[in-house]
Amino acid sequence: MLLRKSMDKSLVDAASESEIKRVSRRNFLGYLGGASALLVTAAACKKDDNNSMNSGVDLGSGDVGILNYAYALEQIEAAFYTKVAQSPYSGITAAETSLLTDIRDHEVAHREFFKTAIGASAIISLELDFSSVDFGSRDSVLATAKAFEDLGVTAYNGAGQLLVSADYLLLAGKIVSVEARHAAYIRDLISDGSFADNTALDANGLDMSRTPGEVLAIAGAYVKTKINASNLPTN
Amino acid sequence: MNLQNIINEIEKVDPEVYDRLNGRRDAMKSFAKLSGRVALTALPLAFGSMLQKAYGQSGATLITDTLNFALTLEYIEANFYIKGVATAGLIPAGPGVGALTTIRDHETAHVNFLRTAITSLSGTPVTFTAEQFDFTADGTFPDVFSNYDTFLAVAQTFEDTGVRAYKGQAGNLISNNAILTAALNIHSVEARHASHVRQMRKARGADVKPWITGNITGIGPVVAASYAGEETTTQAGVNIIGIGGFASINADRASEAFDEPLTKDQVLAIVTPFFA
Repeated sequence: MLLRKSMDKSLVDAASESEIKRVSRRNFLGYLGGASALLVTAAACKKDDNNSMNSGVDLGSGDVGILNYAYALEQIEAAFYTKVAQSPYSGITAAETSLLTDIRDHEVAHREFFKTAIGASAIISLELDFSSVDFGSRDSVLATAKAFEDLGVTAYNGAGQLLVSADYLLLAGKIVSVEARHAAYIRDLISDGSFADNTALDANGLDMSRTPGEVLAIAGAYVKTKINASNLPTN
Repeated sequence: MNLQNIINEIEKVDPEVYDRLNGRRDAMKSFAKLSGRVALTALPLAFGSMLQKAYGQSGATLITDTLNFALTLEYIEANFYIKGVATAGLIPAGPGVGALTTIRDHETAHVNFLRTAITSLSGTPVTFTAEQFDFTADGTFPDVFSNYDTFLAVAQTFEDTGVRAYKGQAGNLISNNAILTAALNIHSVEARHASHVRQMRKARGADVKPWITGNITGIGPVVAASYAGEETTTQAGVNIIGIGGFASINADRASEAFDEPLTKDQVLAIVTPFFA
């Protein structure tokens, strides 16, 4: 009873609830470090005029920030495959058309899902730039698709630990395995049998994971809108 | 709220409280001291989490139990591919040999990785030997090692089930970032395997795609339990069919776009027949 009372949600300021949840699953010492860092950041932000910290589209903080991060990646993938479906590369087979259209629909479904689920906190539609892709060339399209799918897998795998909510973790899990199915298919289109080769996996047979910073540095080549990921959780 | 008082109260009925908090004694003291400086609202749940770990299933036990469950599945897969690849005349010459050898090696690596991870967490990894498996599943797949199509059908079922099994356990690992990430990194590899095995079956005439459409098995009702629930088209309360006004996102695409989890009990029911 005593414990229940001590955890009474009425004690909790609703506005900071997500932050508290974020804190609650961290180990204690980790939390202390995070808290000090948070205070420092907050103080620094107040002193600054925010120009350096808030430039670009702010993904936000906490779980919402991670969902916006995923939303940004899905925007890129969905737009890419939409273009692939609109202007098929030369020599595309019926089977490739069918499955690449499936992938387009999956990515659009992911994008629209995040947009709806995040609601008012969702970032804007990003301005994208696929000028480096030759949409008429199978090699160019599939190489880009492979890069996006492998990147998506590493992004979701790396984002899992940044989430507080087990529900969101499960959602990310539901999507990442579909991205991995895509990745394997695209890789096999390029070279049959390369679905999980050592350019994707480590020596233990594990996929890789990347931090949001690493992912956005790579994805940034396709995004004109500046993305500010500085408020995302880092552990 | 005075945290030290709360801990003192607990100590009256449970002198071991500090031990249960697992070496967090110093942290607890600092915690109480800090209460004046850290936002007070942040304390109750952080504290509650520590107690949950101390009095609920301990975090470490939950994690090693979950990893042992994953290890069990990896043993099944590893032994299945080891035997399949070693069975003369089963796999036709061609790219299938390389692909199945690759998958065999991954599953074997996963066994070793999980054993190491469990040991590093002071847990005891389970061990299974080849004799403990019956890949005919009590006679359901009598020609699993003589009919390549049956072998691939069982492979697809194992991979798709494995993906769902890991997904269902992720929440149990949320308190340990390194372990969670490692499990996710295995989870997506199982999905890569599933995608490839499905393509192998497609090339041999099976009506399957690299992803799961509805709850269609592409195999038959005998493996229906591995696909039950995959037909889901609502995620977090959001209807995916036609979302954003995109008519092409029908029930098939909506279900394909999201893989679904299985509970531990569901998975155990599926794999139990594969134990001799």
